[in-house]
Amino acid sequence: MPNMSLKKVSMPEQEPNVRNKNFLEVATGYTEEMAVEEATRCLHCKNKPCVAGCPVNVHIPEFIAKVAARDFEGAYEEISLTNSLPAVCGRVCPQESQCEGKCVRGIKGEPVGIGRLERFVADWHMANGTEHIEKPKTNGHKVAIVGAGPSGLTCAGDLAKLGYEVTVFEAFHAAGGVLIYGIPEFRLPKSIVAQEVGKLEKMGVEIKPNMVIGKVDSVDELFEQGYEAVFIGSGAGLPSFMNIEGEDLLGVYSANEYLTRINLMKAYREGYDTPIAKSHSVAVVGGGNVAMDAARCAKRMGAENVYIVYRRSMEELPARAEEVHHAQEEGIIFKLLNNPVKILGDEKGRVSGMECVEMKLGEPDASGRRRPIAVEGSNFVLPVDTVIMSIGTSPNPLIRSTTTGLEANKHGCLIAKDNGATTKDGVFAGGDAVTGAATVILAMGAGKTAAEAIDEYIKSKN
Amino acid sequence: MYKIVTKRCLNDSVTLMEIEAPHIARKAKAGQFIIFRVDEKGERIPLTIADYDREKGTVTIIFQIVGASTKLLNTLEEGDSILDFVGPLGVATHIDPNAKRVCVIGGGVGNAIAYPQAKALHNAGIQVDMIAGFRSKDIVILEDEMGAVSDHLYIMTDDGSYGEKGLVTNKLQQLIDAGNKYDEVIAIGPIIMMKFVAATTKPYGIKTLVSLNPIMVDGTGMCGGCRVKVGGQTKFACVDGPDFDGHEVDFDELMKRNTFYRERETTDKEHVCRLTGGKRNA
Repeated sequence: MPNMSLKKVSMPEQEPNVRNKNFLEVATGYTEEMAVEEATRCLHCKNKPCVAGCPVNVHIPEFIAKVAARDFEGAYEEISLTNSLPAVCGRVCPQESQCEGKCVRGIKGEPVGIGRLERFVADWHMANGTEHIEKPKTNGHKVAIVGAGPSGLTCAGDLAKLGYEVTVFEAFHAAGGVLIYGIPEFRLPKSIVAQEVGKLEKMGVEIKPNMVIGKVDSVDELFEQGYEAVFIGSGAGLPSFMNIEGEDLLGVYSANEYLTRINLMKAYREGYDTPIAKSHSVAVVGGGNVAMDAARCAKRMGAENVYIVYRRSMEELPARAEEVHHAQEEGIIFKLLNNPVKILGDEKGRVSGMECVEMKLGEPDASGRRRPIAVEGSNFVLPVDTVIMSIGTSPNPLIRSTTTGLEANKHGCLIAKDNGATTKDGVFAGGDAVTGAATVILAMGAGKTAAEAIDEYIKSKN
Repeated sequence: MYKIVTKRCLNDSVTLMEIEAPHIARKAKAGQFIIFRVDEKGERIPLTIADYDREKGTVTIIFQIVGASTKLLNTLEEGDSILDFVGPLGVATHIDPNAKRVCVIGGGVGNAIAYPQAKALHNAGIQVDMIAGFRSKDIVILEDEMGAVSDHLYIMTDDGSYGEKGLVTNKLQQLIDAGNKYDEVIAIGPIIMMKFVAATTKPYGIKTLVSLNPIMVDGTGMCGGCRVKVGGQTKFACVDGPDFDGHEVDFDELMKRNTFYRERETTDKEHVCRLTGGKRNA
């Protein structure tokens, strides 16, 4: 008889007023008892709607059944069949709009906590599991991956399992992409990313950091070096600004810069050299998950007042409900229906405030969301000394501008078929480089699909 | 890890290092830069490439010991290694094949970067006048090297202790007044120097190229920290530059932006660990 509780077993968390002063993980994870209890909520539907909602088709009911039976290592093996980064997905996937969004338990009550269970299983394995990774027998074919983010790492892992000799070229000094420069430690500990990357290396994947493809070697040169296919997962790294007055003042950051300084460069830790502003009051402009991350980092860096400034209402705010909830608990102030007009500076060129205008919602626009309209004469100044622009990113042009035959759309996103094939023979792409800024799991799904396509492509040529 | 093959002190505060990085040496061109990180706790610091040797597989950097990271780098010796070294980044300087005569101006450690520019022009058969400015005699660097690649080398010092007394702009004005015609002026040095060189050439409409050195993190267009206003538009120095039209750059804004972390740097600088002599504890 399944556990018919309408609610998920609640996730243990650090107290909001404690955690907003440290970078330790917010959610501390299920115990074995909690996991088993939650696992018994699964009804094991025949048609598995949850699996259909997962971009990498994790065998969800099967792994949950093993959790319920206390076979945690077995559950891990089940997940690993299709997902190479379970500890990451369990933490950062938007389950509410994917697997859990399709769960029938969600029709009346809360869906099964699939994400929490996945995380539990991955963490249990890291703590107790016996890793016996063997390097698969090589098939003698070489594939190059550009970018060690979620799509590239997934593609690399899947190809390595098939026996390909995979080299991943990464521009930064460490592998992980957005998992290490963007998502903060308190949502995704970097030691977990390092462990997942370590597993790939044990499988024979070679990771070459400090290699900016397009500058040091071009895609064509990779082919000359003997790679038979190239996967481009270079992400959407180029930050957008609003182009309003004052954006060049000292104390205005892109969310990318602010987060990179803190996460990748460890500006939050004693003994690291990378500097960052000591802020008293911070305005984060934007309402996505990245904005939530930036705001919550700013709070942890010691800012007294941290505002999310978003031009629409809570209903349209794109961040995950869980992130918004966590941010609110931690004392982030939501200034909704407000839009920045200009940033004000003092005589030294430092930010002294941000002028905003109040907005109201009009008719729906092309995106289907109600268009925000400025309320005339409602301008006011938000007293802040730091502004973080978090209004989106676009794909980096470094590769497409140095590779002939690789076409992009007007937003700079690489044009690719559903299987990842680009307009250039032998070149595949996936993740944000194709879709524009999206989620970790969609990028992983794209990396997975491309790995299959690359395998077919190389087989067809040999 | 990237090995330091050669280390040479050019003066008390300027050091030259040849770093083993064959893949970068193979591609590097004048005007491009690298980013280094000394160790796990280090910052990512951009430096313009001073020279490269494709056969030896080395890239030469010349740096002034000004902040924590350059100080740390300077504690390393030949045979030691740097953790990270990435490049070549940025757009290479475009050499106008139709140019007949170019004036290359360097200021202080900026001469280390002005020199390869002069060399590239000289090798392309273009006549080069070089004006090299220094504070005083004791910090003059690369005099022989610069002399070898220029038709005229004018050394200027602020205090007159070597060469001629005066600023690089005094000499430039003098050369222009004497009827010398330049197709282009390339200026590399302190922002204030580049600003005044651009102001000097503007009335004559001489194309003036400057090489900027803003604060940056990744060097690939990702952080936007290096944004500069050029012709009223925001550009990222790391991918759109580092070379820009000197008549279009907002130097005052760049000067302000580059001071952002200076207060912290100043307080950090006061402390030199007596146990390690500035080296990081292992």
